[in-house]
Amino acid sequence: MSEPLGGLLSAPPSIVAAGVEVFSTALRQQGASVTDVDWRPPGFGNPDDLTQLALDPRRAAANRVAVERVLAAGSLLVDVRPAREVLDLPDRMLLHSGPPLTWETASGPMRGALIGACVFEGWATDVADAERILAAGEITLDPCHHHRTVGPMAGVTSPSMWMWCLEDPANGGQAWCNLNEGLGKVLRMGAYNDEVLTRLAWMRDVLGPVLQRAVRSRPEPLDVKAILAQMLQMGDEGHNRNRAGSLMALRELSPSIVGVDAPAQDIAEVLRFIGGNEHFYLNLGMPTAKLAMDAARDVPGSTMVTVLSRNGTEFGIQTAGTGDRWFTAPANTPVGLYLGDYGPEDANPDIGDSAIMEAYGVGGFSMAAAPAIVRFVGGTVPDALATTERMYQLTLAENPAMQIPIMGFRGSPTGIDVLQVARTGWLPQINTGMAGRVAGTGQVGAGLVQPPQACFEQALAALAQESRAAS
Amino acid sequence: MSDSPVRHVSLRSGVYADSVRLMQVSREIGDRPGVHTVVVAMATPLNLELAAGMGLAPDGEAKPDQLLIALTAADDAELAAAVAAVDAALTARADRGEAQTIPARTIGAGLDGADDPALAIISVPGPYAVAEAADAIAAGRSVLIFSDGVPVEHEVALKRAAHDAGVLVMGPDCGTAIVSGLALGFANVVRRGPVGLVAASGTGAQQVSCLLDAAGVGVSHVLGVGGRDLSEAVGGLATLDALAALDADPATERVLLVSKPPAPAVAARVQEVAAGLSVPVRSAALSPEQPDLTAAVEALLGDLGVAVPEWPSRPGTAAAVPAGAVLKGFYSGGTLADETMLIAAPALGDIRSNTPLRPELDLGTDLRATGHVVVDFGDDALTVGRAHPMIDPTLRLEAIAGLAESGEPAVLLLDVVLGHGADPDPAVALVPALRSAGLPTVVALVGTEADPQCWSRQADALAEAGAAVFASNAAATRHALSLIGDGHE
Repeated sequence: MSEPLGGLLSAPPSIVAAGVEVFSTALRQQGASVTDVDWRPPGFGNPDDLTQLALDPRRAAANRVAVERVLAAGSLLVDVRPAREVLDLPDRMLLHSGPPLTWETASGPMRGALIGACVFEGWATDVADAERILAAGEITLDPCHHHRTVGPMAGVTSPSMWMWCLEDPANGGQAWCNLNEGLGKVLRMGAYNDEVLTRLAWMRDVLGPVLQRAVRSRPEPLDVKAILAQMLQMGDEGHNRNRAGSLMALRELSPSIVGVDAPAQDIAEVLRFIGGNEHFYLNLGMPTAKLAMDAARDVPGSTMVTVLSRNGTEFGIQTAGTGDRWFTAPANTPVGLYLGDYGPEDANPDIGDSAIMEAYGVGGFSMAAAPAIVRFVGGTVPDALATTERMYQLTLAENPAMQIPIMGFRGSPTGIDVLQVARTGWLPQINTGMAGRVAGTGQVGAGLVQPPQACFEQALAALAQESRAAS
Repeated sequence: MSDSPVRHVSLRSGVYADSVRLMQVSREIGDRPGVHTVVVAMATPLNLELAAGMGLAPDGEAKPDQLLIALTAADDAELAAAVAAVDAALTARADRGEAQTIPARTIGAGLDGADDPALAIISVPGPYAVAEAADAIAAGRSVLIFSDGVPVEHEVALKRAAHDAGVLVMGPDCGTAIVSGLALGFANVVRRGPVGLVAASGTGAQQVSCLLDAAGVGVSHVLGVGGRDLSEAVGGLATLDALAALDADPATERVLLVSKPPAPAVAARVQEVAAGLSVPVRSAALSPEQPDLTAAVEALLGDLGVAVPEWPSRPGTAAAVPAGAVLKGFYSGGTLADETMLIAAPALGDIRSNTPLRPELDLGTDLRATGHVVVDFGDDALTVGRAHPMIDPTLRLEAIAGLAESGEPAVLLLDVVLGHGADPDPAVALVPALRSAGLPTVVALVGTEADPQCWSRQADALAEAGAAVFASNAAATRHALSLIGDGHE
């Protein structure tokens, strides 16, 4: 027979106290072990909503189901195919990052990427023509997230772009992401000059086909999740630092790439391109996280975040308990370091689906794995540790597959709980690149950012409303 | 400043710093007042293009493993200083910073990794207490909720969840508990022993445990359940769980249930369940038929075969009782106030109160009403925005002075509750107040010799000021009644 009340009546308990300090003092005088919680009123949220969710009998089990699906999800690279085929993406339709938007509300870098994609696809003869057809509504715009797809920065995905095709063997899910172009003047950062278009054409004509044949020729699919786990042990956090991961992906793919029957200079150019792009892995990491977060969709009663995403104008989140409903608010502008003589006034507000990495518990949440990142904001190594410590208090689980060496190989903080965000008043930490505010500029820097609190306020209210309706 | 800016562009080999560090250095140097533009970066094609865009392209061929240092400044001196500053910045050791720990902000985070057995104690404002308590239950730990202002439907939900999780919710509004010898909130230093208390009343539990201690009998645990637990709405949820836990506890041989008057249907249900347990359960729930906690303790001592001692007291040197004196009971403990009214009512008739036995006897806000009056200064309505009278005596001292000024002939009956959490030396404020009032005074002094305030030291000081002092509130009440009776003669 187990002891009553978990052994409470067998030995003096250790105490965890929230509130008035006099009680803790009296307990310490009796020799008790007392942990004082640094309690403070919730950062936001109607107290009735917080209580409704705290008492929802479905919540604990629903959150467990949701986060266990996230932890169980795997990620295998099974193919590389054009978006036209894999997404049934028709002509004159473009996917973009973040919550839904229109040409009118699109920011500079988003407009730049949309313009570039229209020219790249041959739907427009030049930039002015592209602007005209986009403004006229001749091009359908839809979020990547609505198509089991994610895209970094502007995330603009057009039919001729090649997509990584990933599968989750645990839950049977699929997710897709285009190929990373590298740094600087690139479409995803809003640049669309000849250099950008030339590179996109080469990716379409050379890189994509070579990668497709290489991936298809592998004896076994590449385990992309395993690379992410190793990166965290090598100084990457999987969002703003992908150096080790990109090299490991190159190492895994090289033999198959070299084995492709293509001109030697094409093979060399492919290897040089991958090896020269320290964010090459990001476009594999993102669909890995997307597979995991999609596995947790539609769990009634769960307060876990499934999507963190930005379109350069708005930040949007979704939760497991509220399906595909977006909770959006104006995006913040990152703080960080700038390339060349760019400065804060050049930076666009937060943009990209890549915050899916933080939803999955890496990126900013695993900052402790990549202390170099905090230097973007002049921080110290302890700041990196403190960030991850805070994120543990926002999350439902520790991912045993994603271990952080400096935290004693503790698993990454995974599964953001909207209720915990409200109660602690701490917002999720996101590491990100910065695009230039003006269309055509490209990357201006990299740094750190947080979602607007209003997204979580709306999600909390909606979850509470759903909870009341279900009770 | 009319001079055109001067420029420095150089490439260095054998120097490497990662791009984040270099962006940081660039910003640091760029912040110097005399510096116009700066690029400190590895000479990658992208960075060379950026530098060229700023008119700072290096001469000759650059390789990506070379460090490009390119800047413009107002004059040669500024330029030289800036280049030196780049060198200094590149070789500076990073401040490792102070190690910091992030304290838990919620009970859930605090319980993560806590040593078992662990217990959560919550005294945050009522509207926020529920989420914290739910954390504890979800973590499989019992919780004591000191906070009041928790809606009864939330109390029910928490207690149902706790029952399902096999843990106990003590409270809300639970001020007193002793768990495995650890005194929580307002509790006395009593010996350990075979009697388990289940208490829907804090001061009731303190009275009972102190009398047991005086009789040489200790308690195993005092499990508070909150003042509403035996109401119709809550239905004794925590009482039933506490009884089951004590039944399974080898250290508990007998159980005493302490409560203000419970809802009759709930009392019957609890009694029915208690009868089915292996541990004998005796009820000290107050009612007109059973008005006396001391009598319940004495009956329990009889069950244990322990002789009832003479309960400690001090005779005092009471002022003469004027003719027609009324009873003025000024209490800090709600259950003790109830006990006093139940004992005194048969002798005195109606007693008005802010926590009356019957609604029509409600004092409302007029604490200075004439006639027989018992005030519970610990009632929620009187503690809004101030500490409990067991900690802050101000309101009660004002009432004593007001009574003396009014000239109404009266016997003053007070409780003074000692123990953890209470005023560290209540006699200090009370003795001069009693001396100044000069009223015939009786004190129910609830505590033990081992309490931080020491029962006999407080008793001696109060008796010295003229008060008759009793360890038993029932005895104190009866003494007050006898003084009033004497005055009537």
